[in-house]
Amino acid sequence: MSKVRLALSLATASLWYRRKVLALVCLTLALSVTLLLGIQYLRTEVRQSFTSTISGTDLIVGARSGQLNLLLYSVFHIGDATNNIRWSTYQKLAQDKRIDWVVPVSLGDSYRGYRVVSTNAQFIERFRYGNDQPLELTTGHWFTGLFDVVLGAGVARQLNHQAGDRVVLSHGGGRTSFANHTDLPFTVSGILAPTGTPVDQAVYISLEAMEAIHVGWESGIALPGRTLTEEKAKTRSFEPDAITAAFIGLDKPILTFQLQRELNQYREEPLSAILPGVALSELWRMMGQFEKALLGISAFVVITSLTGLVAVLLTIQAQRQQEVAVLRATGAPPILIASLYSFECVVLALAASALALLLGAGAIAGLGPWLLEQYGIQIGLRGLNRAEWLLLGLVPVAAFVVSLLPALRSWQKSRKLGFAGSGG
Amino acid sequence: MFRWPGREQPLVFPDISLAAGEHLFLHGPSGTGKSTLLGLLAGMQTPQTGSISLLGQQTSAMRAGARDRFRADHMGVIFQQFNLVPYLSALANVTLPCRLSALRRARADRHPDTAASELLKELGIPESHWHHGVTELSIGQQQRVAAARALIGAPEIILADEPTSALDTDNRDRFLDLLLTLARERQCSVVFVSHDRSLASHFHHQLALGGTP
Repeated sequence: MSKVRLALSLATASLWYRRKVLALVCLTLALSVTLLLGIQYLRTEVRQSFTSTISGTDLIVGARSGQLNLLLYSVFHIGDATNNIRWSTYQKLAQDKRIDWVVPVSLGDSYRGYRVVSTNAQFIERFRYGNDQPLELTTGHWFTGLFDVVLGAGVARQLNHQAGDRVVLSHGGGRTSFANHTDLPFTVSGILAPTGTPVDQAVYISLEAMEAIHVGWESGIALPGRTLTEEKAKTRSFEPDAITAAFIGLDKPILTFQLQRELNQYREEPLSAILPGVALSELWRMMGQFEKALLGISAFVVITSLTGLVAVLLTIQAQRQQEVAVLRATGAPPILIASLYSFECVVLALAASALALLLGAGAIAGLGPWLLEQYGIQIGLRGLNRAEWLLLGLVPVAAFVVSLLPALRSWQKSRKLGFAGSGG
Repeated sequence: MFRWPGREQPLVFPDISLAAGEHLFLHGPSGTGKSTLLGLLAGMQTPQTGSISLLGQQTSAMRAGARDRFRADHMGVIFQQFNLVPYLSALANVTLPCRLSALRRARADRHPDTAASELLKELGIPESHWHHGVTELSIGQQQRVAAARALIGAPEIILADEPTSALDTDNRDRFLDLLLTLARERQCSVVFVSHDRSLASHFHHQLALGGTP
């Protein structure tokens, strides 16, 4: 036991003595560990944030299609709906006793490349993301007037819009559209707080407004004389014929599967009902391969810097012959000499790991608000989970394993060492 | 007899016996195996033929680990130069044997730091240098720190391999005086290797190596 203490104190003294050379190696190792740990951390965070893009919704209903397709167009606004749902179907759903709430959404138009989602007041009230977080507005209010529009945080930031700005929506998707609803401009009534979900990248109008701006567009383009003016539109009432999808919340979540089966077998029109959580995990599994590759690459970076560490230790070994001779002559057994290398390597790795923790925490604390502001990615500081601690713990273990090479070499050499370092 | 690996010519040593507490002066031209003899005595090598008995124990028959322990317990060693662990303070260098051997620690009779301080004082190392890195010390001071390390815990045998060859005459005489005086106080036997035969008069016995095998 006293030998271990001696070896430890010698190792730390030796590390301190060579601190200038070793600081760089330690920094390299710390940076690579930060990379490894950072990627593992982000993996967890991004998965968490991704799989909670939508929460609190029990079912998403759309026209008959695959679950990924439905998820992609209804939640992520990627791709197009295969078909619409009749308004009568929506009304039936709204009256169903098992269903607590229904949020209708209608897609199709766009505003300078961002999807226009037409919905109603249920959306701001019922839509949840993350850990059951509701949507909030940073400025203004949810649309009340016919030509009010609410912007997602990302849209407002990118296009530098404020409440009160006038915007003109385009017919159909795409960044540049030749058919604009120029005669019926909208007024920004509010801007949503950033969520880190596709909600940030969309603009929201009422279902009635969607109908109003498409009067006279039945053939796909505006027919002169048949479109409405703002004054005329405000005097009429509109009821949509169809919606694209509906988010459903149930009174008793236990009925989810029963209702899903019923909707999938709906007689009046072909529908698909999906569980958003299941569809999201399936989507993540598809994209998950990439992050695994990333983790693998960063593990190799750590191995590379550990190899560099051993190379430096082996170089230093040549300068340590006198010291080894003194220790041997004083009666230190070869195993003590060898253990110096292992201790030094492990202590360095521990120092590098601690530094990596500090660097990582600093980077997340410093960059987190900026990431959310600029890219809508929400990454906060949290304690490490078990997998991350395990990964971090593997670093000193790996350092010990690679230290066996210089340790074994010095063990062999010091066994054969003669008096005053001669021989061997 | 001992032969270094890869060398044809074996080194052959005469029979040597030394009573406890007596000092031996070894001299001879280089290549005659003075350092090798010290290595054999220290138990860092074993002879191919013949045997070494120290303090009533046949060390040449011991296993490597036991020889290491015997060296830690019963021997102090001083080299020609580079005697000290560069990253330890002078004091930590001196107490090193006490940390490697419980026996030396027990014989130091009080806290190793106190014993080391006394030795350093007796050997004339200024107190301001005790806690600093040994690389700041002069060669003469380094050799005296090494002597203190060899003497701490009163080992029975001190092996000194040309410890004075890097010193000037004044330093050399002072060093030798101090070493032998302190060794006598502790009843240590000193085996001293040097090519400087003028030092021989300080020792009880002298032996010339270099007889042809």
